[in-house]
Order: sequence, then C-alpha cells, then structure tokens
Amino acid sequence: MAHAAGVDVGSTQTKAIIINEKGEIVSRALTDTGANVVHAAEEAFSRALAAGDIFEEEVEYVVGTGYGRYRVTFGNTQVTEISCHGRGAVHLFPGTRTVVDMGGQDTKAIRVSPAGEIIDFCMNDKCAAGTGRFLGAAASALDIPLDNLGNTALRSDNPVRISTTCTVFAESEVLSWLGKGKKIEDILWGVHKSIATRSAGLLRRVGIEEEVTFTGGVTRNVGMVEALSQKLGVKLNICEDSHFIGALGAALFALDEILAHRAPTHAAAEEQS
Amino acid sequence: MDQHPESNPILGRGNNDGARLFRAWFSELSDVAANGSPAAYVFVMGSTNEILKAFDLPVVFPEINSLQTAVRRVAYEHLNEAEDYGYSPDVCGYVKADVATQLRGGQHPMGRIPKPSLAVLTNACNTYIKWAEIWERMHKMPVFTLDVPGTREADGQTWPGNRHFANDRKYVEVQLRELIQLCEEVTGRKFDIDKLRQVLGWANDMSEGWRRVLELNKARPSLFNALTDGTIYLGVANGFRGTEAGSRYFKELVEEMEYRAAHGIGSLTDEKYRLSFVGVPCYPIFRRFNELFTDWGGTFVNSTYLWFASGGTNRGFQYDLARPIESLAEGLLVSVRDAMDSMFHQDRVLEAMIDEFELDGIVYHPIKSCRTVSTGLADGRRYLAEKRDIPSVFIESDMMDRRVVSEAQMKNRVDAFFEGLASRRQQQARSA
Repeated sequence: MAHAAGVDVGSTQTKAIIINEKGEIVSRALTDTGANVVHAAEEAFSRALAAGDIFEEEVEYVVGTGYGRYRVTFGNTQVTEISCHGRGAVHLFPGTRTVVDMGGQDTKAIRVSPAGEIIDFCMNDKCAAGTGRFLGAAASALDIPLDNLGNTALRSDNPVRISTTCTVFAESEVLSWLGKGKKIEDILWGVHKSIATRSAGLLRRVGIEEEVTFTGGVTRNVGMVEALSQKLGVKLNICEDSHFIGALGAALFALDEILAHRAPTHAAAEEQS
Repeated sequence: MDQHPESNPILGRGNNDGARLFRAWFSELSDVAANGSPAAYVFVMGSTNEILKAFDLPVVFPEINSLQTAVRRVAYEHLNEAEDYGYSPDVCGYVKADVATQLRGGQHPMGRIPKPSLAVLTNACNTYIKWAEIWERMHKMPVFTLDVPGTREADGQTWPGNRHFANDRKYVEVQLRELIQLCEEVTGRKFDIDKLRQVLGWANDMSEGWRRVLELNKARPSLFNALTDGTIYLGVANGFRGTEAGSRYFKELVEEMEYRAAHGIGSLTDEKYRLSFVGVPCYPIFRRFNELFTDWGGTFVNSTYLWFASGGTNRGFQYDLARPIESLAEGLLVSVRDAMDSMFHQDRVLEAMIDEFELDGIVYHPIKSCRTVSTGLADGRRYLAEKRDIPSVFIESDMMDRRVVSEAQMKNRVDAFFEGLASRRQQQARSA
C-alpha cells in the first residue's frame, strides 16, 4: 500500500505525518525546528518513517507546508499551512467551518467549506501579539515551563488585565504585575485571556461559524483552550493530533496527487470490467 | 506575426517612452533647480496642471518623488532622516521622504528637485493640506488650496445639467480664477486664454487615451499589467498632462494596446487568473510584489490606483475649448470626485468590473502610511463579498516603509489565496 506524507516546518517545531491510502494516520513525529530548517524537515520525516516502520520508497508523495515549506528539499511540492490546516481540520472534524490555528509566530483564522477548501482567512499582522510567542515570553518572565502554563493559569481566581499586545512589552508588563504582588496564576490567566481576545478578533474578521476547530502547537495548552472557548462562547474541536493538523492536511494533499495520477488506470479498469 | 519586442518597435513602446519621458522630466527639474526659476508643487489628485502649463510652470509631484525613493530602494534613508528630524513613524511615508528631500536641498536619486514657488493642492487627501503647510514654513511661498466639493453620499455623484453640479462648478470656477491671478503674480506673466485652450486640447487627448487604454485591458489575455506597466503610464499621465508630449504619448499608447489586442499579445505568456488591485502599490518591493502573483499566472487587469492617482482622468472627461475655464472647473469636479470615490466607494465600480473584466479575484492592499486610502477597504471588501461571490485577499504592508513589509508573510497570504482560487476552479470544473 502506498503512503503519503506531510511535513509542516513551523517557526518553533517541525511536524511530520504519514498516512495510508485511506487517509488514516499511520505515524507522526515532532522535532524542534532550530536553525537548520532542512535538517529539521529531514529529521521529522525520518522519525515518522521509523515510527510507522515504513521505508522511504513506500511514500509516493510528500507535501511541505509551514514557513519552511520550501526547505523540505525531499518534498514533491508545497502548500501553505493555511490550506493545510483547513483541509486537516475538516478531515478530523467534518463539521468544521472555522479553524483557529495558533502557532509559534502567528495565529490564523480560517473559514472553510465542507470540503475543507478555504473561503477566507486572516492572520496576525507582522507581529507576534496573540501567538504562541506571547505565551513563551510570559513563561520566560515567570520562569515556568511552557507545559505547565495552562494548568497554572486555570487555578486563577482573580485574573489581571494584560493591556499590552506587544510580545516584547508583555514581559515587562508581567514583571510589573509581579512587582505589585499579584499571584502567578492570576497573571498567567490574564495573559491567556489577552491572547484569546486578540484571536477572537481575527476570527470575527472572517466570520465565526460552528464548528470551530483549534489547531497548532498551542492546542496543547489547556489554559488556552479554555480561554478561547470562553471568549468565543463555543466548544472547540480538539484532539491529541491537533498539533499535527497542518502536517495532516499536507499529507492529504499529497494523497490527492497520488490518487489523481492513478485515476486513469482505475477508470480504464472499470471500463474493461 | 512577429511578437518579439526587439524586432517590433510598437511593443513595449509605452514602457520605454514612459521611462524616457520621466528621465527628461527630472532632467528639466534639475535645470530649474540649478537656475532658480519658478516651479510649482502639485499633487496627483487635482493637479491643475492645465493652468500651470498655461504659464509654462514646471511641475513637481512630491508624491512621485517620494515613491521613486522607494522604487530605488533608498526610501529608508529618507524616512530615517525625517524621523531623526522629529517626524513620527506614523506620519505618511510620502511626506517624510519629501521632508528629507527638502532637508537635502532637493537632492534626489533622479536629479535635483527645485524649491517651490507655489504649491497647489486639493482637498482630495487630508494629508495634502498638512504637507503643504510644511513647505509654507520651509520656503515661505504661497499655497493655494482648491476646495473641490466631493460626492455628498455614496452613489450620489452629480453631473452637468444638475442644479447642485452647476453650483459646485461655479464654486470651483471662482477658485480657478483666483489661481490664475496667483500664477500671474508668481510668474510675472499675463494669462493667455488661447494658451490654456491649447493645453486643454492636449489634456483632452490624454484623458481620452487613458480611458481607452484602461478599457482595452478587458481583452483576454490582458494587454498590460495594471500594477507594473500601468504605473509607468500613470506617471506620464500626471507629469505630462496638458503637454504635447503627453498627448502624443497616449495616442501612441492606444495604438500599442490596439495592436496588442488585435494580435492577442498579452502581458503574461500564460494568463491564468485575472485580478483587480485595490490601493497603493508596495513600492519598497515593487517588482517582487508583482511576481508573487505572476508566479501563479495571476495578472492585474485593473487597479483603483490608476483611477484615483490619475486624479480621475480615467473618466476621459473632454473639456469644451469654447469655454475653457468653466469647462476646466467642470472637468475638475467630475475627475477629482471620481478620484475620491475610487478611494472610498471603489466597491461600486468593482462590482460592475467583475463581469466586464472577467475578474477571478480582488487584492486589497491597505497600507500603514496612508489611512486616507486604506480606511474603508474592509467595508468595501465586505460589501462586495455580500453582493458577489468573488474571492479576495487583504495584504497589509506599506507604500514606502520596508520596515513594515514582510515578504515571507505576504507570500504566505498570496500563495494561500491562489490555492483557494485553484481549488475553486477545480470545483467549478467538477460541477460543470
């Protein structure tokens, strides 16, 4: 059986997914992108091959996506992560009509058709306000591991109001709240609410239609899922593969290519039968 | 049929002659700066070139000077210099590049810009007024503001024969007569109405030519790229309005476009997507910006920029030479209003053009530097989305300041836009 792969080279992490001809996920892998983008893509792909016990020759088509999509040197073509997140989200959650993808350096609001095609999209504009980087700055200022941010924030009972939208200034604002004696969880919940508000603004620009699927690296942050869900007043689709949805979309586009090139053969076979 | 420009002189003539005229224009300005003779500063929306040319006044378009610094990739030096001088990063990039040019004594990548003896502006852009005040303070020269009554409401344009139009025309005409007096004072020359008639005749040729060139681009494949080629034609339309050279240029440009149309010679070898551009170009990466689209087979078949930045001469208004000043007032009303409407109510015109130009998509380019032209684009886009099923994309950057131009982000948006167009086309093919 042939396989298709998608490699999503993001600003922070690189994700690879391999799917079979039925569109089922066979394996996945994740690595930090770092400075060597080409290597990160290769590393994620080879780890995914190993995890699925698949030979490279069995993967007929590879699509690169994400900011480093043109650095997936072994890939056959590139598709933007905007299209890939839309496609992947509808594949996992067929009722999806709106996607919010929160990654390391940008947040995207995407409205999709039932087939996962892009109707409209909107991104944060040339700054990292309201993105994963904003959370990273807060985590750094508070000296808390990224993985603990969400759980800590959810313990808040009196959140502060974070007024800055600038990732650079976020750190100094966090420190100023610490200086005023505010609890870490209250500051963190304020940070999460601030990001949720900004993301909701992006979503409103494209129009929020349910179901809303949350994708990207920040989906692993339970605090962010809760903050965004509260802000939008809707339940967000999320699953353990949410982080990989861009790569999944890329793999689905790769599968399209494989099947498109086989179509005449199938048609001919049907004609003969 | 020979399609090779090198062996067929009519092809590419508009671009080559446009570049040649531009060099000649800036060379003349350098001479004026050197000998200290009078020059007028004007703006693209309502330049009143017709009156100034009737006095043989060389015209300086500071907007064009500024954008040239961006195209020539030195805008950041000018912007930094103006900001060091005290102007905020939020002030219009055109203004700041000009301030730096003034501080440099007129030194500019294309030559030397003379000091103004007179500045003429309209109310088509709110920044014009504050900008001219800077020259007033710097050079102690007269500033003439021509107040053009705008369209009172969306779709509320009035036309000759209408009572409100007649009143507005009189209001503009009185101001034009004041401007004529001022030009007499500045130049020391008597106004010659026959000279004005001659200038208006040349302007008529240009207006008709410009209207025709824009209309001819309905051809499939389109004959010129409205963003790149169109901007060259636009420069001539502004700098050479009311001149014999300008008249000849546009007659020849029409000839070139008609030749292209007759022979099916498009601006792209393989035109896949026909787009409309809304806003001001991204001059810091002017060519590259266009390539982001042409790489996908997309080409700009029209652009609101070619309408408003030509002061509305796309309308093709024809002056009545039998009553020159009155007719000039009428023309200014029609054209400057059209320019303003192309910035604020472009959605109405675009709606009609979707079919006429067989558009596949619309590209909105709001810019940090210019709130005037960018405010309202979101409303316009929403209006069109409700009226027509036409894909569009918002790409935010700037016309001058490369500090806010992020090519990687831009490419991401453009690529996703085209992926959407391609997928839409596949879907349409499947359901056909």
